[in-house]
Amino acid sequence: MARKVEGTTMTEENQAQVTPMQQIEPQHHADKAPRESLVTVDDVTVKYSGSTAVEGVTFDIATNEITALIGASGCGKSTLLRCINRMNDLIPGAEVTGTINYKGVDLYGEKIDPVQVRKLIGMVFQKPNPFPKSIYDNVAFGPRVLGIKEDLDEIVEKSLRRASLWDEVKNRLNSSALGMSGGQQQRLCIARAIATSPDVILMDEPCSALDPISTGRIEDLMEELKTRYTIVIVTHNMQQAARVSDKTAFFTVNVNEDDKRFGQLVEFDDTEKIFTNPSDQRTEDYVTGKVG
Amino acid sequence: MEATEMRTTEDLQMKQLMVVRPRYGELLIQALLGLCAIVSIVTTVGIVLALVEPSIEFFSEVSLKEFFTGVNWAPLFNPPSFGVIPLITGTLVTTFWALAVCLPFGLGAATYLSEYASPRTRSILKPVLEVLAGIPTVVYGFFALTFVTPLLQDIWLVGEGPGVFNALSAGLVMGVMILPTIASLSEDAMSAVPGGLREGALALGSNKAQVSTRVVIPAALSGIVAGFVLGVSRAVGETMIVLVAAGSTPNLSLNPLEAMQTMTGFIASAGLGDQPTGSIGFKTIFAVGAALFAITFVMNMFSIRLVRKYREVYE
Ligand SMILES: Nc1ncnc2c1ncn2[C@@H]1O[C@H](COP(=O)(O)OP(=O)(O)OP(=O)(O)O)[C@@H](O)[C@H]1O
Ligand SMILES: [Mg+2]
Repeated sequence: MARKVEGTTMTEENQAQVTPMQQIEPQHHADKAPRESLVTVDDVTVKYSGSTAVEGVTFDIATNEITALIGASGCGKSTLLRCINRMNDLIPGAEVTGTINYKGVDLYGEKIDPVQVRKLIGMVFQKPNPFPKSIYDNVAFGPRVLGIKEDLDEIVEKSLRRASLWDEVKNRLNSSALGMSGGQQQRLCIARAIATSPDVILMDEPCSALDPISTGRIEDLMEELKTRYTIVIVTHNMQQAARVSDKTAFFTVNVNEDDKRFGQLVEFDDTEKIFTNPSDQRTEDYVTGKVG
Repeated sequence: MEATEMRTTEDLQMKQLMVVRPRYGELLIQALLGLCAIVSIVTTVGIVLALVEPSIEFFSEVSLKEFFTGVNWAPLFNPPSFGVIPLITGTLVTTFWALAVCLPFGLGAATYLSEYASPRTRSILKPVLEVLAGIPTVVYGFFALTFVTPLLQDIWLVGEGPGVFNALSAGLVMGVMILPTIASLSEDAMSAVPGGLREGALALGSNKAQVSTRVVIPAALSGIVAGFVLGVSRAVGETMIVLVAAGSTPNLSLNPLEAMQTMTGFIASAGLGDQPTGSIGFKTIFAVGAALFAITFVMNMFSIRLVRKYREVYE
């Protein structure tokens, strides 16, 4: 099963599963719970230059839900999140083993193009990183990369509306994105991610650089977005995880025999259960603020 | 007892705060640094002034109109002719071919080093580039004359090939000469673009080429253009290569296969000859120098404007 990020070693069994991204059919999901999973993370281990960052993680991400990843610093939340859209490929020495399936397709399969993966699974970063271009060009960036030339105005407006930013910026679409406040910049980054119409949006501590009011706006926005998109969010803010997410994955840092630290998934369940009645003592200690 | 001790330390701290002994060391450093700044400004101004006086004298004998519109350059002949246009075209033609080499290759090399090369490859290539930048230009001149020109003559397919002295080989080699400088400066500017911008673009499904051309290069534009301006200034001011490889025949032509003289080429060859101080030949050197300075100056101002208009400020 083990293989490098580049997909050099593959078992036959895996090759049979590989489907070109274009052939993925949108799946109709039943209205009744439990929702079916869009992404399945199965026994995923990530190593950086041979040393394990996070080990043996298994959980499912359900369609149109918000999944929160919580845990102390260094337990591998960002690392895991970046595996889901293959951003870890860009880090020399990063090695992913295990399986991540998206709509039943192995994202680390041999024929999968990471660039295409990132078009379907977008990402919002901890520090707002708008391009030093106009607001319009920021949102139009993704569609243009996809080769879309028509209806750009429409796409830009729709994305900005969905990111509840349109009314604030509609009169200055051509001014630089860097003239916006941090909270606006972060919502612009969300609009930019939406503009390529992804299925999944990964957010790595999207509010950690923002004030409480901007944070509140982004939380409201996530509630709206989850009707169309599936969201995975990393957060250090317990209240935020409790407020916005449907499912929560709690990670912790373990120390192995050689005194090496690595992250592990302790518990994955409905957010309500994690915060009111967790099965593991470590989860309870963490969410109640006794440690970490 | 304890209370008084406390008081005294507090007093001591207050005193330390208030001591206003002049800091001689710091004043001295400030003065020295100021002196350095003044020296560099004064020398520049001095050079410009030294250019101005003989130039004014020159233009009292030769009209501005004759100088800037004349198409025949023969200042040391009898009767003399002072049309500087052939020297300007010579300079422009060689610079053009230099740019034709260093613009694509410089930008390409910088993009490769900054966006594609592994840290190891970069750590080897970058110092190599910087060493190349230190090769004396006379070496490049003979490289052009004894290697590039014969090569061009050999591989030339249509019509008559380049002559022994020609602007093309001088220009191409000049492009190679300024390539390391431009590549290195552009690479610095591109590497300085925050990684977060690259990640942002990649997360939107861009490939590396799109990240480079749509995010990194626009964000690094001011640094890149600064590198090119420096490169072009060096090309316009370059003397040795053109003197050796392009010949010293003033020639009003855009055909790079012919021999040409550039402004710097004239200054060097006339300066080597015996021009008595105060003679018209002597003054001509300064007039051409002043014109060269003016051209470079205008070009720099122009590119600064251009950069201000188009650059993307990332912080
Ligand atoms: N690019 C990298 N190269 C090498 N090691 C890395 C890299 N990124 C992360 N790590 C290591 O992987 C482990 C997990 O890091 P990660 O950033 O995923 O943690 P995190 O849970 O997101 O922490 P935080 O809450 O502080 O963001 C850490 O031990 C870290 O040092
Ligand atoms: Mg993190």
